[in-house]
Order: sequence, then structure tokens, then C-alpha cells
Amino acid sequence: MTDTQNQIRTGTQNDAGATVSPTKGTSGVKRGMAEMLKGGVIMDVVNAEQAKIAEDAGAVAVMALERVPADIRAQGGVSRMSDPDMIDGIIEAVSIPVMAKARIGHFAEAQVLQSLGVDYIDESEVLTPADYAHHIDKWMFTVPFVCGATNLGEALRRITEGAAMIRSKGEAGTGDVSNAVTHMRTIRAEIRRLEGLPKDELYVAAKELQAPYELVREVAEAGKLPVVLFTAGGIATPADAAMMMQLGAEGVFVGSGIFKAGNPAQRAEAIVKATTFFDDPDVVAKVSRGLGEAMVGINVDDIPQPHRLAERGW
Amino acid sequence: MGRVSDLPQIGVLALQGDVREHVAMLERAGARAVPVRRPRELADLDGIILPGGESTTMYKLARTFDMFEPLREAIRNGLPAYGTCAGMIMLADQIEGGVPGQETIGGLDVVVRRNAFGRQVDSFEADLDVEDLAVPFHALFIRAPWVEKVGQEVEVVARIASGEAVGRIVAVRQANLLATSFHPEITGDHRMHALFVGMVQSRLDAADGSPAKRK
Repeated sequence: MTDTQNQIRTGTQNDAGATVSPTKGTSGVKRGMAEMLKGGVIMDVVNAEQAKIAEDAGAVAVMALERVPADIRAQGGVSRMSDPDMIDGIIEAVSIPVMAKARIGHFAEAQVLQSLGVDYIDESEVLTPADYAHHIDKWMFTVPFVCGATNLGEALRRITEGAAMIRSKGEAGTGDVSNAVTHMRTIRAEIRRLEGLPKDELYVAAKELQAPYELVREVAEAGKLPVVLFTAGGIATPADAAMMMQLGAEGVFVGSGIFKAGNPAQRAEAIVKATTFFDDPDVVAKVSRGLGEAMVGINVDDIPQPHRLAERGW
Repeated sequence: MGRVSDLPQIGVLALQGDVREHVAMLERAGARAVPVRRPRELADLDGIILPGGESTTMYKLARTFDMFEPLREAIRNGLPAYGTCAGMIMLADQIEGGVPGQETIGGLDVVVRRNAFGRQVDSFEADLDVEDLAVPFHALFIRAPWVEKVGQEVEVVARIASGEAVGRIVAVRQANLLATSFHPEITGDHRMHALFVGMVQSRLDAADGSPAKRK
């Protein structure tokens, strides 16, 4: 592995002596933003009060949305981008980055979110997809995007469309971590497989992954995605977070797991601590004590196929 | 832990943020890099980096895991430190735009404004003229702070060269402390890290009176 492979390619080249005036919205600052979130927890919040609790607990960012996945699941119906007033309220309330969700393919929702000044857009399968063929062309935006993926091919297709951060999908709103585990293990295993392939077999690997050869080669050489990889979906306890970090996640999204639990502030703090000390069971044990009721879970197996969110997106 | 090589041993505060990138850069700049999360891990260090990340999260975790006071003491006693972005905020004696109750480790006689350039859509790349570097440094600013005021002992190392924020101070040095608003660790250019390793090395040389400890 060469030294530079760990580094982000910047949008403007470092030509000797050339002075480049400030440039916004480059791949460098989009992907770099996600690098700064690493080792942290991003929490779903539905109002300013929850956002403050998340910030106080040590969240690195909050995800503003109208209903947490557990409620979307319970109430059904079409789920859309949140009300701008509600997003404004959250941006006003906290100083940490604020993310918000747009429907898959809904570029106009994304335009609105960018104009509101959110720091990251999640093109999310948790909302009802707006386009069943195309995802958003994320290169068209100054604001960076995070997208979900169940496997390496899906992750690389999203990166091709301009995603600056990937989160493995889980089954959101269930408190059942099993899908998050499956998808993280799948992505990591596919990366390891690429690393072991001789160069001349990467062409067919790219075809099988349905991803561009250049990206496939980059992953094979670096042994990692060219963007940050978080985990999401079904994480409800400090031990869930610690397990996902040990499986190779670089950080954690927690949705319904915090504010659907008995004591949100304490649980939020515990998950933050367990994410930092994911490899120290003594710390994870200590923070897991006395948290009260975890969210009531749903087994993914009990959810009929058409209602599984992780299967949205392709 | 003990010493395993003659290279200067530099810690990277590993509570949250882009720790791995700093470790890689330090190694390229000729240091041995060790992620540190616990007070006892500070003992064998010749220097420390406070990485980029979320300053409120780092502050919170440093407090909870009893790193805050030991770090403050080590830096007060002369441990060289380099802070990037959130790390610059942590090293500032005073901050503006922090959350209520957010404390800093301090040491740099500066006032730093958090998220000074704006939100993520205002994040940018630009070339900077940096003191001691012959060729401009291509810098990434991500929801970056700037230095609002500097004390007499503080040397300004770089300012924004053009655009709306022209003239803003984005790199400073004071005795054993270095801080930048930007993130050299993610650009593939290890010259800022080499500057810091140089600061660490000259302190080591001065301490044991043998400039030939390593080269």
C-alpha cells in the first residue's frame, strides 16, 4: 500500500507555486467532512429538544427527521423530507453538524435541503423512494451525501453517483441489529476478496460488482472504500455499537434506538462512550449498566418482505 | 509501554476524529505514532496531536475518561502539541461559538471562533503561504474555525490569501504549540507534520544536550 492511498484526492491539484482561489463543494471537502465524523455517533432527532440532548451526550452530528424509523414503520404511509421549519429549528438549536434525509431519487428535496444549509444529506431508504430507477446525481450539489448500501457493488454505485460517505444498511426502526451485521460483514468480505485478486481478474470483478473498474481497482489496492463507512439500522445498545465498530464500521448512526428507549440522555451518552472504547469490554460493560428499557424490538424475520426498508435501493 | 525506537514518539488523541490519517502522516514525517485514549498512555510521549473531529464530542469524552486534566497538565509542562481544526479549538485559551460549558485544554494565547467560515456548504480548499514552507500548502477547510485574536507571544504562520475571508489567521505557533484551522492529514502533504516533528525533535535535542540523538 502506498502512502498516498490513505489520503483523499483533492479537487484542485497542488501545483508548485500555483495559487488556487478558495473552491467549495469539492470531493476533498465532502469526503473530508465524513472523515471528521469518524469514531462518532450520529443520532436521529425529531425536534430541537432532542437535538440538544444528542449534542450534550456527545453526538458528532444529528439527523433531523419528522418521524424516527420505528414510527414510520408503525404509522405507514408515504414518508418524505421533513418540514423546513423543523429543520431550521434544529439547525438553530445545536452547533454540531445537522444532516437531513431526502427520498431516494428526489433531487428537488435535496435542493431544498441544500438551500436550508444542512451539512449532509442522507439519500435514505427509510423514506419512501421517489424514483425506482435513478438515485440523485450527487455531483450536482455543494452539500455532501451519505447513502446506504447492503453490499460492495451498491456502495460503489453510490460513490460513482457522488456519495461522499457510505453507511451499511440495517433494518431501520427494529432494534434488531442482525441486518446491519450481515451487510457490514458482506461489504468487508467483498473488499477482502478484491484485495486477494490478481490484477487481471479485477476487470471481471468490476463487471460482477456492476461498478466502474477504476473504483474497483482503487478499493483492491487500498483495502477500503475511498470514502468513510459507517453502520446504521437496528443499533439499540452500547454493545451493538461496539460490535459494529469491531466489525469494521468507522462510526455509528443510531435512529430509533435512543429516543424510543426509556432514558434517552443516558443511553445516548453510553452509546457514544461504547463507540470510542469499542474494543474495551470493561468500558462497554460499565456504560451498559442501569440504562433502563431498550426500545421494544421487532425481529426482522417477522417483517413481511415488502415492508423491509433495507431492500429499497439497488 | 516503554520506548521501542529512537524516533520521537508522538501520540494522537484517539477519542474521536480522523486519527488514522494523523498516524499515517506522522509516520511519513519520521515519527513513531501512537493513538492515545487513556491518561497512562500520555507518559511516554514526546508530543501529541489533537486531531480533526467534533470539538464538543472530544471535550465531553476527554472529561468523562479523565484525559482532560492530565492533557492540560502535560501541555502546561511543555509537551509539544499540534491541533488541527477541532484540535486548534482544544488548544485555544478562549473560544467563541462553543456550546455552553465547553472548556478547552488551552495553552495557546489566542481566541478561536468555532465554525467561523460557516456550515459545510461553505467548506473549501485553497492554497496557503505558510511560514517556513517554500511552496504553498494546499489546505482543506471543513466547517473550520479561525483565529480571531492572538497574544503577543503568538506567531502567525498562515493567513487566507484570497476570497471573502482574506487575511483571516488560520495557522499559529507559540513555543511548543502549533495549530491549524485546516487538515493537512487528509491532503497527502506531510510538510505540516514534518514541521511539528521538527519542533518535537529540537525539544528532545535541547533536553538531553545531544543533538545527534537522531540524525
